[in-house]
Amino acid sequence: MKILVVDDEPDVKALFEQRFRREIRNGEFEFSFAFSGEDALDYLEGHASEIVMILSDINMPGMSGIELLKTIRKDHPMAPPIVMMITAYGDTDNYEQAMKFGADDFLTKPVNFVELKQKLQERYEG
Amino acid sequence: MDLFLVVFFLIQFIRQRLNTALVYKEWDKKLLLARSIAIGLIVAFWIFNKSQLVQWLSYPLVAYILYVIHKEKDFESIRSTVQSLYPYVIVSFLGDCFELVAATQYKSYRNYFELAKGFSFLWMLALWFNFRKQQKVLEKEREEQKRKDEENEAKKTSLEYLVAERTQELTIQTIELQRALDELKATQNQLIQSEKMASLGELTAGIAHEIQNPLNFVNNFSEVSVELCQELEEEINKTEIPDADKEYIAGIISDLSQNQQKITHHGKRADSIVKGMLQHSRASSGTKEPTDVNALADEYMRLAYHGLRAKDKEFNATLTTDFDPTIGKVAVMPQDLGRVFLNLFTNAFYAVAEKKRLNKDNPAFANYKPEVKIITKLFGGKLYIRVTDNGTGMPEHVKAKIFQPFFTTKPTGQGTGLGLSMSYDIITKAHEGILDVTSTPGEGTEFKITLPVSLNT
Repeated sequence: MKILVVDDEPDVKALFEQRFRREIRNGEFEFSFAFSGEDALDYLEGHASEIVMILSDINMPGMSGIELLKTIRKDHPMAPPIVMMITAYGDTDNYEQAMKFGADDFLTKPVNFVELKQKLQERYEG
Repeated sequence: MDLFLVVFFLIQFIRQRLNTALVYKEWDKKLLLARSIAIGLIVAFWIFNKSQLVQWLSYPLVAYILYVIHKEKDFESIRSTVQSLYPYVIVSFLGDCFELVAATQYKSYRNYFELAKGFSFLWMLALWFNFRKQQKVLEKEREEQKRKDEENEAKKTSLEYLVAERTQELTIQTIELQRALDELKATQNQLIQSEKMASLGELTAGIAHEIQNPLNFVNNFSEVSVELCQELEEEINKTEIPDADKEYIAGIISDLSQNQQKITHHGKRADSIVKGMLQHSRASSGTKEPTDVNALADEYMRLAYHGLRAKDKEFNATLTTDFDPTIGKVAVMPQDLGRVFLNLFTNAFYAVAEKKRLNKDNPAFANYKPEVKIITKLFGGKLYIRVTDNGTGMPEHVKAKIFQPFFTTKPTGQGTGLGLSMSYDIITKAHEGILDVTSTPGEGTEFKITLPVSLNT
């Protein structure tokens, strides 16, 4: 399962790679990283069909996670990837907006990796 | 004999005129003596069959009296009147002298002398009447003056009354103005204080958000490192290196793992502080709902108590509640108000526990009974809540800072210094109430919450 992680913090890459070391090695998950909303869209241009899931931060400089979500839902209505939003602000406003624009799930920072792993595995198996 | 009568009336006149009985007591005695002498001489004159000797005695008496009147300052006012006597006395004296020296010639001139005496007597009377008339005019003028004076006095009194009234009014106004000014100053101070709190709160929120992200990385990486260490340990066992080396490597890995755990532990600590700060700034999402404040307070009182008991088994305190049963349900934000209660009670229990701990070996405090008390009262559309403890109390400089974020007197790691500042925001901003504190060092502390309530039963 190919997963695109969108976050403006480059260290997210190292964190995910280490956290999901086993799963990556087993070939369960394959992670790609984009460091902005624009980056993510560029990446999707070439790999639209490969990406199954997108994990995106909401608060990013430039294009925000919500805008990215809107664009994805508009540009890829046929083969919609699963989109999970992640934010530091666990407020209802962000949650409602994310859900309104078609997010499949919503996570708050700090990310609980045990929970995330479980969710990802559910999607993988399902 | 006629001179005695003159003396007699003169004395009467003086006494009456000058009111000597009251004003010149000394002179009055002398005048009375002189009068007695005059009366005595009159009597003697008749007894001794109109003796010429007695008649002669009258001259020194008259002369002496006139001399005294002429000389003494006290008689100045009547001197001119008395002078009208002079011609009569002189004519009488000359007549008597002449009679004594040449009695036979005197007889032929007697009529002239009698005539002169009569004229001088008339002269005396005329002056006398004139004087009395003048006196009357003067009297009248004096009375007029007196009346005017009285009028002036009355005017003055009424003016003084007016002035006093105005002064009173002005004084009252000044006091009122002073009070208004004091109130304004107090309000200004409160405004400055709440403005400070607000900006500090915003700053706190900003800092918290900025710290949260890097802190997440620290925590996540350290956690993942612990996992990596475990994996590493497993992998090493698969290799074929000497056992001694394996053990050495395992030791290093274990140290590394422990270090990572320490990083995680302290990272979590920082995280909880940041969480507190964020909670602090979080726009109150809570909505007001009808709440049984008494039950809420009671619940959090117990929660705080057992929270402290869990950490310190020795700890014990009396929980006193004085709830107003008429409160019923009032519209508040239950979670937020609950947090305030938790903070206040936690602090109260901490204060009494500290007092007990600090005075453990002090026999004076052997009977010290820690007590935390809550009182609620609904009165005049306002809900009053008092949380009182008999703990350590606070000095003024501590009291001044307790509502500032990050101010704490607890040892490092035990308090974030956010509890009361958050409580302050919840009460003053979210509930538009007042959070106030009074404290006496060594005696205890009282927190007073005043909430405006719309009854919702």
